[in-house]
Amino acid sequence: MWDYSEKVREHFFNPRNSGPLENANGIGDVGSIKCGDALRLMLKVQPETGIIEDAHFQTFGCGSAIASSSALTEIIKGKTVDEALLVSNQDIADYLDGLPPEKMHCSVMGREALQAAVANYRGEAWSDEHEEGDLVCKCFAIDAVMIEQTIRGNGLKTMQDVTNYTKAGGGCSACHEKIEDILIAVNGRLYSNEAKANPSLKSTPAPSASPVKPKLTNYQRIRKIEDTLEAIRPMLQRDHGDVALVEVDGKKIYVALSGACQGCSMEAATLAGVQQKLIEALGELVQVLPVGAMANH
Amino acid sequence: MKPIYMDNNATTACDPAVVEAMLPFFTEQFGNASSIHSFGAQVGKALKEARVKVQTLLGAAHDSEIVFTSCGTESDSTAILSALKASPERRTIITTVVEHPAILTLCEHLEKDGCVLHKLPVNKKGRVDLDEYKSLLNDRVAIVSAMWANNETGTLFPVEEMAALAHEKGIMFHTDAVQAVGKLPIDLKTTKIDMLSLSGHKLHAPKGIGVLYVRRNTRFRPLLRGGHQERGRRAGTENSASIVGLGVACDLARKHIEEESTVVKRLRDRLERGILAKVPNAFVNGDTLYRLPNTASIAFEYVEGEGILLLLNREGIAASSGSACTSGSLEPSHVMRAMGIPYTAAHGTIRFSLSRYNTQEEVDRVIAAVPPIIAQLRKLSPYWSGNKPVSNPEQAFQPEYT
Repeated sequence: MWDYSEKVREHFFNPRNSGPLENANGIGDVGSIKCGDALRLMLKVQPETGIIEDAHFQTFGCGSAIASSSALTEIIKGKTVDEALLVSNQDIADYLDGLPPEKMHCSVMGREALQAAVANYRGEAWSDEHEEGDLVCKCFAIDAVMIEQTIRGNGLKTMQDVTNYTKAGGGCSACHEKIEDILIAVNGRLYSNEAKANPSLKSTPAPSASPVKPKLTNYQRIRKIEDTLEAIRPMLQRDHGDVALVEVDGKKIYVALSGACQGCSMEAATLAGVQQKLIEALGELVQVLPVGAMANH
Repeated sequence: MKPIYMDNNATTACDPAVVEAMLPFFTEQFGNASSIHSFGAQVGKALKEARVKVQTLLGAAHDSEIVFTSCGTESDSTAILSALKASPERRTIITTVVEHPAILTLCEHLEKDGCVLHKLPVNKKGRVDLDEYKSLLNDRVAIVSAMWANNETGTLFPVEEMAALAHEKGIMFHTDAVQAVGKLPIDLKTTKIDMLSLSGHKLHAPKGIGVLYVRRNTRFRPLLRGGHQERGRRAGTENSASIVGLGVACDLARKHIEEESTVVKRLRDRLERGILAKVPNAFVNGDTLYRLPNTASIAFEYVEGEGILLLLNREGIAASSGSACTSGSLEPSHVMRAMGIPYTAAHGTIRFSLSRYNTQEEVDRVIAAVPPIIAQLRKLSPYWSGNKPVSNPEQAFQPEYT
């Protein structure tokens, strides 16, 4: 059975704030298709101050899903809505003294319910493009979708590449067969560790710690992208160019290059440089594309 | 209070008589059965006796049809890989969607290596369609492998009939009978079953011992080659202590076989009736007319199994869940999904699997413990309100799935 912390057990056996909440003005219903668990988070927000006065949950799910829901309500009560949105799934897991890697999605579900409830309170629509695959690497909690996207996005060829870019397979190594299967599915064959990743992308070294960083909210993420671009702009402006953010579509970030940068023979290099800065700032693998590429979709 | 163990389909306690019989084989009877000296000879004699006891329980025609292995999974792998090796021109495997991973994972792996795999679907009750089965039998099929009894629901497949149909077409038939052996009377010599897997720890023998029954004249290719042990069909020094233990366990199972379908069955039925009478929105999974006498698979709607198990465990009751979150995987049980059990019920399925060591007093304690646990969890469930499901549960709560 799962190795749950005392805190997880305690929150499961004595869940806080469970059951319906009268006069809730923000409700988020989310589920994880992966395991069929689902959660309803109900908030009572004081409209003047934006403070979450009360939070209740109802959960259809396993012990750690119930404990994560309970922990979430305790964490956010008394916070403002904006403060609450800064709570990451890692914060929920930390509050519970950790969750088994297979159960981290329970904390992700909690964070998503929070976003959905806040969106509902603000009268906004909420949707999430986050996709979860089968858990492959249990040491670092990396799933199949993440591995496949990283292989595709970076032209990875070998087991070693995958470990360098995602950490997957860097622990006990029991998942190497599964990772090799994904490599074969993407590349049509398996390359030995001597083969190098796609040379054209070699200038983008792996941010090896990226997948374990806490996930940003969409709002935080876009703010971070804007801030990073702001920091790059003076450099480009010195060369009489400029860059502006146009669209963020999941892992694809579309920018408009203007002035001297537009049509410059170094355009690709400039984009690669911007991409590198964004990868470092966001702690995740993203692709920076010129706005022209957007029309193709 | 004494803990109650109702997870006998997962594993069983070793019978004290089994342990007692095994102990000398760790100390004075340590010899290698292959040795010529007296140390070895005595062990060899004990293995021979154990083999006959297994043969008797299975109703096999010859003791040489019993091959000792390390576990049920090894027996399953040996059977399927042997059939493919023995008939290289046949590349098709027929099995069912509800098999144990010991069969399914292997077959799916073989499919990647170029085999053709047919997994027979099951209906709501967990039954296979024999007409569909017949239509798949042809001369490209290397082996049919169908479980005798399902580990999650106890549902029985008509393996004797399926074996006869395969035999008519000259196709080898294997059954994973790890849940059936010791719970049902079996008489292999009157069937057309070519190979059968059993696992010691499911019938009060220790873990780490299994058997593959291989009918005489079945074309066979060993998985492990090496020494002459098991007549060259499974090399490796015999696990003599466990083989002796399995022999005793088979002997005990044979003596108690009537008890399974009378005493144990009555306890199981009492448990099911007692729980269903007190808990609304609960039902029994599987083929209630044709199943193991010890297994109760009960779906409690709108709650999740792991929570039930954790709370049962606090009451000293051990059962298991057909749901996602208790095994390493998070998916709901493939057996429940194959039977088309809705998510909200599949997740809340609990398996109580009894043995002849359970008592009526224990059953009554479980009947008393379950209803408040389910009520407590339903209070947390978004599908539940007051003392009943919310009206139109599937519509009242429609989470955005990610």
